[in-house]
Formats: sequence, C-alpha cells, structure tokens
Amino acid sequence: MELKTEPFILNMGPQHPSTHGVFRMRVTFDGEVVVDMEPVFGYLHRGIEKLAETRTYTQFIPLTDRLFYLASMAQNHSYVLAVEKLAAIPVPERAEYLRVIMDELMRISSHLMAVGFFLNDLGCSVYTPLLYMYREREKILDLFEMVCGQRLTYNYMRIGGLSQDVPPEFMPALKRFVAEMPSFIDEYEQLLAENEILLARTKGVGILPRELAINASASGPVLRGSGVKWDIRKADPYSVYDRFDFEMPTGEVGDNYDRYRVRIKEMRQSLRILNQAIEQLPEGEVCAKVSHLLRPPVGEAYGRIETPQGELGFYLVSDNSIAPYRLHIRAPSLINLTALRDMVVGWKLADAIATFGSIDICVAEVDR
Amino acid sequence: MELWPLDNYWAHFVLFAAIIIVFVLIGVMAYVYVERRTFGPFQLRWGPNRAGPFGILQPVADAIKVLLKEDIVPAKADKWVHWLAPIVVFLPILMIFAVVPFHEGQGLVPDLNVGILYVVAISALGVVGIFMAGWASNNKYSLISAMRVIAAMISYEIPLVLSIIGVVLITGSLSMNDIVAGHNIPFFLLTPLGFLIFLLSAMSEINRGPFDLMEADSEIVAGFHIEYSGMKFAMFYLAEYGHALAMSAIAAILFFRGWEGPGSEYIGVLWFLVKTLFIFVLLIWIRVTFPRLRIDQLMAFAWKFLFPLALINLLVVAAEVVALEEIPWWILFVNFALAGVLIPLWSKFFKLGGGRVEVKV
Amino acid sequence: MKLKFERYGKGLAKGMALTFRHLFRQRITTQYPEERLTPSKRFRGYELVWDKERCTGCATCAKSCPQGEIVIVTSKGEGNKYVVEKFELDSGRCIFCGLCVEACPYDALFLGLDYERASYRRGELVLSKEQLERTPEKQISAYFHPEVEASLPRQTLLLERAGRKRQK
Repeated sequence: MELKTEPFILNMGPQHPSTHGVFRMRVTFDGEVVVDMEPVFGYLHRGIEKLAETRTYTQFIPLTDRLFYLASMAQNHSYVLAVEKLAAIPVPERAEYLRVIMDELMRISSHLMAVGFFLNDLGCSVYTPLLYMYREREKILDLFEMVCGQRLTYNYMRIGGLSQDVPPEFMPALKRFVAEMPSFIDEYEQLLAENEILLARTKGVGILPRELAINASASGPVLRGSGVKWDIRKADPYSVYDRFDFEMPTGEVGDNYDRYRVRIKEMRQSLRILNQAIEQLPEGEVCAKVSHLLRPPVGEAYGRIETPQGELGFYLVSDNSIAPYRLHIRAPSLINLTALRDMVVGWKLADAIATFGSIDICVAEVDR
Repeated sequence: MELWPLDNYWAHFVLFAAIIIVFVLIGVMAYVYVERRTFGPFQLRWGPNRAGPFGILQPVADAIKVLLKEDIVPAKADKWVHWLAPIVVFLPILMIFAVVPFHEGQGLVPDLNVGILYVVAISALGVVGIFMAGWASNNKYSLISAMRVIAAMISYEIPLVLSIIGVVLITGSLSMNDIVAGHNIPFFLLTPLGFLIFLLSAMSEINRGPFDLMEADSEIVAGFHIEYSGMKFAMFYLAEYGHALAMSAIAAILFFRGWEGPGSEYIGVLWFLVKTLFIFVLLIWIRVTFPRLRIDQLMAFAWKFLFPLALINLLVVAAEVVALEEIPWWILFVNFALAGVLIPLWSKFFKLGGGRVEVKV
Repeated sequence: MKLKFERYGKGLAKGMALTFRHLFRQRITTQYPEERLTPSKRFRGYELVWDKERCTGCATCAKSCPQGEIVIVTSKGEGNKYVVEKFELDSGRCIFCGLCVEACPYDALFLGLDYERASYRRGELVLSKEQLERTPEKQISAYFHPEVEASLPRQTLLLERAGRKRQK
C-alpha cells in the first residue's frame, strides 16, 4: 500500500540553539528525511569591507578581529600578510616565530571549540565534553591575556610585526601548557573515540565526496576530511612554516567522523609545531619601522593563510592613499557552506544539524 | 492490607493521597536539585549554590519564577487540547504511586493483586498527553517531536514489560508487596540482563539520557513543550522529573528489594528513598556522558536489540522456574554468565538501519 | 550504510569511567563576588586614564581611533601650547583596542585595569575630562607601558590553579 505523504517546509530559523549564530535554513522535509535545503544568511552583515575604505591600514586591524571572533589571531595575521605583500615590508625573524606560535595556539583553541560544539549539536545536552574542552581553552586564553591584554579580540599583530614583545613569564607558561596538553587530548579520545553512540551518529553521515569538495573550493578540515591533501602551510608556505616538520592529517570518506578526527589530529600536529617553534625562537626586535599612515604603492595583493576553518584570504587594492581602495575577504566559512546542501539531502533532521555543526562556521565570517 | 488510621477506608485513602501528592512534589523538587548539583562535579564546577544554603532553595526559586510568567497560548492553537495536555501528562505519575509500597504493606493500595500491570498500563497514558501537546501547539517542531515520542514510547513498552515479567515469574505474583517480600537475593543480581533492559527501556520512556530526542534542545528546540510557558511548562517539567522519580521507585522496588536492608523495621522508608536516589544518580551519570541517538537508531535499538534479548531472558528465567522448585543462590552466576555471553554475541548481529535515502530531486 | 556494534558497549563504559574520575578533581570555577581572579598586567580594561600633565593637545590619539570616539577640543593658550578644553570619550562605543595608547607620542594615555563599570544609563558612559583624569586610585595597566609592569600583581593562570590536584 502506497502511503501518500506530503513534504513540509520547516524553517530552522535565525534563532535556533544550534545554528552557530543567526543563520537560517529553509529545509523541506518528507517525514524526517531532508528533501531540499536552502540557506539564507545576511542577518549579521556589518559592511566590514566598506568600512575598510574609510580607515587607515592600521586602524582596520581591530576590525579584522571581529570576523571569526573565535580565532582572531589568524584573521589579524592574514590581513597584515596582505598589506606586507603589497608594500613589500620585511618582517623580523622573532616576529615571524611569535606569529607562528600565536597561530598554532589559536588553532588548538578553535578546534577545541569546534569539536565541543559539534558534540553539543549531536546531543550531549548538558555540554559535558564542551566543558572539558573549555578548560583547556581557558588556559590558552590566559596565555593570550598575558601577551596582549584581551581574551577574544586581540589586535596583536601590526603591519611589519607585532605590537609588543611577549613578557618574560610567557615562555615558561607556554612550555608548561604544551607539556600538559597531550594527556588532555588523550582524555578526550578516551571519552569519545570509541563511543558507540558517536560512531553510529557520525560515521558515514554527511559525506562530501572528493570531487565535490574540490569543485566547491572547500578548504581546511572540510577538504582534508574528504581525502585531499591540501594545506596552505605546505603548499604555499607563508611566514616561517617551511622550517617546521609536521604532518597533514586527512580523512578517507569525508563524513562527519572524518572531519572530527582530522581536527583532533591537527591539534596534536599543532603541539608538534609549537615545540619546534619554542626551540627555534630567536632574539631580536618584534616590529619593523612602519609609519602609522602607511601609503603602499599602487597595486593589488592577495594574502592568504590557513586558519582553523580553511583558507582565509584578503584581497587588497591600493591607490597610494592612506586607506585601501578596495578590500575583499575570502571567507572560508561561506565557501565551505556552499557544499552544505549536497551533504545534507537524503539524511534525517538530526543529521542535518550535526553536519552543519561539523563544518565549523561562524556566521560573523559568512556575513562579514 | 492494613487500613492505617482508624481502619476506615476513606481516612486511609485521603491520608495516603495527601502523602503521595506531597511526596511527589517534594520529591521532584529534590530531584531537580540533586540533578543540577550532580551535573556540576561531573563537569568540574559546583552547580547552583547561591539560593539558600548549598542552593537548596534553587527549585523553590525556579518554581516562583515559573509561576510569575505570562501564560501565552498561540493564536491558532487548539485551546482546550492545549490546556488539557499538561494535566493528562502529569496525572498518570501521581496514579503510579498508588501501588508503590513505602514499607511492608503500607501505601495506598500496596498489595493490589495486579500491581505491576497497573503500573505499566498507567504509564502508557502519558503518551496521549504528549501527543495532545504536540498537536495542539500548531507548530511543526512540536509535531515532529510528538510523532517521535509516539513511535519511541510505544516501541519501548515491550522490552520494559518483558523484563518485568522475568521478575514476576520468579516471584509468582503481580503484587508489588509480594515482589519485594518474595525473594532474598535482589533481582538485579538474579536477572542482570532483565535489569539492564529495564533500565534502558525506562530511560527511553522518561525521555531522558541518550534517548531524549523527543525534546532535543539542539535540534527541535524543546519539542512538544515549545509553545508552553508559565505554569503549564512547569507541569511538563514536573511530569518529566516525576516520571523519572516513578521509574526509579519502580526499579528500586522490583530489582533492589525496596525497603529491605539492615534495620528495616524502623527505617524501611529511608532505605527505599536511598535506593531510589541511587538509581537516579545512575541515570544522571548516563545522561552526563553521552550524545543522543537518532530516531531510526532508537527504533532499531528497541526492536532489534532489546526485544530479542528480552525474549531470550524471559525464556531462560521461565526454564529455570519450571526446572527448579526454589531458585537457589548459585543461579545468579549462571545468569551473569549468560548475560556476559549474550550481549557481545548479539551486538555482532545488530545492524543499524538508516543511511542515506535516495531523493528524487 | 550498515554499522556493526562490535565493541558491545566497551566504549560507553570507558566514557562513563572518565566522567566518574572527574568527580574527584578540583572544581575550576570561582565564586565571583567573593573570589576574584587577577587579570594580566597588560589587561586592556574598561577605562581610559588620561595624564593631564603630559598631554599637549596634539590629538594624535583622536586621529588614530578606528571609531572616532575621542573628541578633543583645544584652544590656544600662552606661548605655543594648547589648552585642552574638552577631552571626551564615549566609552559605550569604544572597542578598547589600545591604538590611541600606542599612538600617543608623550605617553599620556593609559588603559585601566577595572572591569566592573556597568552603569544604568547610556549617557553616563560618555566620560568627560574630569572623569578621565589620572588619579592615584585608578590602577593603570601595563599595555604598551612596560615601566608599570613591575608594580602590578601577578596574573592568576588556570594552569597553576588547576594543576594542583590532577589525577594521573
């Protein structure tokens, strides 16, 4: 007997506990199965790209903090990299090493948040794994507070280096953190790696095939989870990344489980890079002499780094004035999100939310 | 059954009805407090400790807050059904406690000769209330949640009943009083597989723990009680914790021998409360650790894993009861060995369904 | 795609063992009004401190603010100096980025260490010249002023607070 069913549209609206911000998904359901999905965003658009045209290059750095606010150092870094490329400013060695240290600490912190909230979306409704991961993240945020005075929006990097040097108590604390962290990652593995419920919910769910990932310009753990070995730190090394020895973890199938495993393994690789950077850190000054009212030569530049979400790029066009003529931000969250529909169609409601959480977006970056 | 004060049926009835209502309300508030204070240490924090000494007045503060809230009914909702639903969900819980013996032969009707059957029948009425709430709210999220609830709760009734029958077979009586007084060894040792199945089915019946997708906060935003506010929401909240209290009490009676313990003539009631609390802490521990299952995995778990195991458990217990006159104490080793063999073996056969559905675009 | 539960619940038991172990660890939350943590020496706190003696009214800070929150009005005084008549900061809209502190050529601006400055009206957040002046009670932070670092207390680090009772 053929049951006559009718699909209905459910609005997982801008206000929803799991949409990581104000993001709207108009999902068409047939029972519990997703038939179609249409993302609607723009609720958090603040016009950052237009604001850049009326601010000097240094004044824009606090605004880059507010893009993916959970990984602010990486946004700062990408922007100053673009400006330094445009104006051909050399950066001292110590500043480069410190930038790498900050980037990798940021990567660990952001992945902790991403995995924690992914588990939250999966249903640990009292946030237990999230709170365990927050404990480590608090330690990282304490380190950042020691260096630049803030815990969320750092405003630490400047064009030509950093704003100030690290205080003397930073290095012992960092070494202690790096020594303690692997045992905590082992604890997370004990809680989650063989958990049957987690395996049942994430293995084989929300598969992003390799071809589709490449065609959709995905990047970051989303791309590496699908089996593509592409990491800007190795493919197009910026800063001093070519002096470090680390691996690029990839997944096999491209399901939620692979993306989650890639993030956990990347945390371990970040610890490895941190150890090497601490050993190789030279002395010296931390900022090149750059005037506050910088006037780069006429031209354009594209600076990109590997943030915890993927490839973040800043495209700058300058016309020799104190403010950029045009600034465009290639946001990894938005580009990764374009593949969401194909990942979600055919799965159930609970999987749609979990897949969305595994891409790790932040709507502030999607909407800029 | 001794009619407690004055040998008068009506006095007995009124007194115990009052005791049960007070017990349930205070028990639920105590449960809320215990749950929040226990989540704290599991998550490296303290839990509420501001309202009153050690935070004891926190549930009172919650109750006052909820009472003072505005009662909003959606414009297109079905008003009468919307109003009735919390009542229909909460009443069966009070009715379950009618047959629960707090001490030897003391309760409202503790040696009702179909005690456990009455409990199972009444607890199934809650499903109707939840469906009423889901339908009457005129909200697609509630409807999805209500459909899930119906499917899940009906499926988990069967392993629940089958595991209870194992206990009933050994005792030979359906009356709750006789089940406790019946045997010397607690039943969670005698039928470990039955206890496990009962615990998992009970967790699903009360929409808790890894089976709480009926009110999944992160997907369907509180499910069937999404359109309720104020006192009606408090009734749902009370009903959820009340149902947890009821299931813990039933588990304590069936599997842990209720009021028995050293010195039980005087402090039997205290032992009953301690055992109920112990099972509740076990439920909290399970809830704290795990993510939740998806609806099709939940149904597969009930029908393909718990149901066959419950049948096998029943068969084995029946065979033991028929073969031996009196169940000796060494039978528990046999049962443990059986459970230890069956669970890994059956897990190998258990295949989860679901997967991607081909959608014609 | 079919999954087999080959592990018969062992992974679940390991997870529960881990949460059980956490019951005996030290709690890492602080009871706020009674226990307060010390912020770092370079904390960009929620106030701006203006040293009247050193300020010359050049308004470099106002030019370097990304939001334009500092309003300075000066008039000519004796000699070649400015007299600062109005130095106003809208602390409700300030983002405390510290660019003004870095830009000042005479080291006359500092950020504070205070973070408990909520007020009931938005108008009270616009700080005038008198409210911004440096007084000995206001603790200044060492952000971009390393000479102040020695006098500030040490930051409480979670690494040290939580490291005491770790279970191996």
